[in-house]
Amino acid sequence: MRAAARIVAEADRSGVTRLAVLRGESPLLLRRTGPRDTTSATVHLVGGAAGPLRGDDLLLEIEVGPGAHLEIRSVAATLLLPGRPAPPSLLTVRATVAGSLRWLPEPAIAAAGCDHHASTAVEVADGGSLLWRDDLVCGRHDEPSGSVRSDVTIRYAGRTLYRHRLTVGPDAPGWSGAAVLGNARATGSAVLAGPGLPVPHLPAEGAAVMALAGPGVLATATGADIREVQAALDPFCAAMPAPV
Amino acid sequence: MTDHPHEHGTDEVPHTHPDPGVDPHTPLSGGPRALRIGIGGPVGSGKTALVAALCRSLGDELRLAVVTNDIYTTEDADFLLRNGVLPAERIRAVETGCCPHTAIRDDISANLDAVEDLEDALGPLDLVLVESGGDNLTATFSKGLIDRQIFVVDVAGGDKVPRKGGPGVTAADLLVINKTDLAPLVGADLTVMDRDARARRGDLPTAFLSLVEDRAATPVADWIRALVKDRAATPA
Amino acid sequence: MSLATLLVLADGRLPAGGHAHSGGFEAAVSAGRVRDLAGLDGFLRGRLHTSGVVAAAFTAAACAAGLEAGSPQPPDPRALLHPTDLHAGSPQPTAPRPIDPRPTAPRPADPWDVFRRRIAELDDGMDARTPSPALRRASRAQGRALLRAGRAMWPVPAAGREPHHPVALGVVAAAAGLDPLAAATAAAHGTVTGPASAAVRLLGLDPYTVQGLIAALAPECDRIAAASAGTANDPVDELPADGAPLLDIGAEHHASWEVRLFAS
Repeated sequence: MRAAARIVAEADRSGVTRLAVLRGESPLLLRRTGPRDTTSATVHLVGGAAGPLRGDDLLLEIEVGPGAHLEIRSVAATLLLPGRPAPPSLLTVRATVAGSLRWLPEPAIAAAGCDHHASTAVEVADGGSLLWRDDLVCGRHDEPSGSVRSDVTIRYAGRTLYRHRLTVGPDAPGWSGAAVLGNARATGSAVLAGPGLPVPHLPAEGAAVMALAGPGVLATATGADIREVQAALDPFCAAMPAPV
Repeated sequence: MTDHPHEHGTDEVPHTHPDPGVDPHTPLSGGPRALRIGIGGPVGSGKTALVAALCRSLGDELRLAVVTNDIYTTEDADFLLRNGVLPAERIRAVETGCCPHTAIRDDISANLDAVEDLEDALGPLDLVLVESGGDNLTATFSKGLIDRQIFVVDVAGGDKVPRKGGPGVTAADLLVINKTDLAPLVGADLTVMDRDARARRGDLPTAFLSLVEDRAATPVADWIRALVKDRAATPA
Repeated sequence: MSLATLLVLADGRLPAGGHAHSGGFEAAVSAGRVRDLAGLDGFLRGRLHTSGVVAAAFTAAACAAGLEAGSPQPPDPRALLHPTDLHAGSPQPTAPRPIDPRPTAPRPADPWDVFRRRIAELDDGMDARTPSPALRRASRAQGRALLRAGRAMWPVPAAGREPHHPVALGVVAAAAGLDPLAAATAAAHGTVTGPASAAVRLLGLDPYTVQGLIAALAPECDRIAAASAGTANDPVDELPADGAPLLDIGAEHHASWEVRLFAS
């Protein structure tokens, strides 16, 4: 299945964030939620069918104009499933941000046998701000993890701020070794870029909030389950509220 | 810097730098960088206490800094800080990956970087003391790292230590036999230690020291003063 | 290319500061994530396929840049100037250039300027792939130490005061006349030997069985190096970016300790 979705958020003269474009197709269905006529807009990914299967090719494009504030969430976790023998499922997210974007979806869950590639490229203009959260659970309860490769490129003011790939599952040598995830079966990261960055700290044994070389901070966490990851990352994300 | 004082000392406590005729090392050249002196010796022999004493004696007359190589990153530096002998910015600690002798002999890069960083941060220095982590009698400094080295043993280690030899005892530019105040308590015979040290070291000097009685570590401080003075008089 | 030269560069006894770095192993031991040989095996495998892949790719790319500019020939004296900031631009000749009224053809790019630009981009690329400040410091400290050792052996061009270790390794390898494949092999191999040596010291593991693990990973080092040689001229954003969350997290915790045996 191929599907594409696109969101364009713009600020009008009164500072209200309008969604100039909000277009999706199954399984990338989008719904505007929350109050209207405010300085920020919230969009939920509602998921029109079961999560990505092998062979799926999904594209989400996001554009946040100057002065606009957009938050994207999802209504439920994304279950990555095996499906028929086919190439990996692909999820490509491209975003350009001049205002602010908060990307706060529910976790992705890598069911045994899945093969999923996520590719994220975010370009933030100088002065813009970004909060980009991605959580991953490696296998449903008591099942081995499927294969997931997640590639993230975040650029700020024309320079690459954060470039990261995480690969888990049977095709990733050493992923469950003590250098990568160890015994953890959940991991998450939140990249914050732009002005007003929080102070680095160590929220838990399996987590750290660290200053990137450029204008950004990464919070990263691992845990036996997603609750441990959320316990470390949720406060970090909540401390950076959307403007209202 | 004061002139080299000659009023102190006894026969077994040398107070001059080694005779160049028997010095196995290349002469010290002058130049913009600091004189680097390594201070090594077994665990517990009093290296850090000696460094603290030297900082007290020399800190007002020389621009000095310390690099410490204790296996624990901050303990030695903390000792110096707690004793108020040197401000924090004049002390760097180097991690040695469980191999204190490697860091001063085989792979001196972290120590060289620390010395360079101190000189960059503080401006020209006269003296950098590089204190090794506590090791055993075989540890010595690389000549790529230091200009002269002091080896510290203590009487509590037994009066046979100089007789055992090892590169630290035999080849150090100055051997310090420390904690002489404890000699009667541990049954160590200082004359035996002196005789054995002379036998091992030829004309290289040996200093007997008790920091309880001499908080300024006078014989060692004087030995360093003479080196700094000689070096300043030598063209680069 | 000289195999013996590769052995010189990849020698574990090279005085380039490696002995004081555990590659994250000390933190993993302290957190209870590694206790035994099997744990070390998993650690080494994961590190090789994340940090090792990145290090090999960036080493190969830096080596290719050095060879392209003219290494291992002694570099243009201007390239030996030592700008402390890679982004400060090329050092200018001090003598004033005579004014020539004739129209001049565009000068071909100075190969060492091209080199410096690429090296600066690669260094930025390592920054973007190293979110942990502690790991950036460790990488730069080892890069600086390697340049020091390299300069004593070969005509190493200026590459900044403290480049990331893979960048320094590539530059030194090119100065030694090694090709990107050889340089990347040394990089991949080095990402496992460092922590393996630390494991022997920290856990008292049998050095023979540890050496057996390293030998078993050699074919994977070769594969990673071959892939790295193939991407040596790729744009920096497209080079591998494999990360290891626990290496980042562990490094930050390690840096906060009051006492530690290893620098990283």
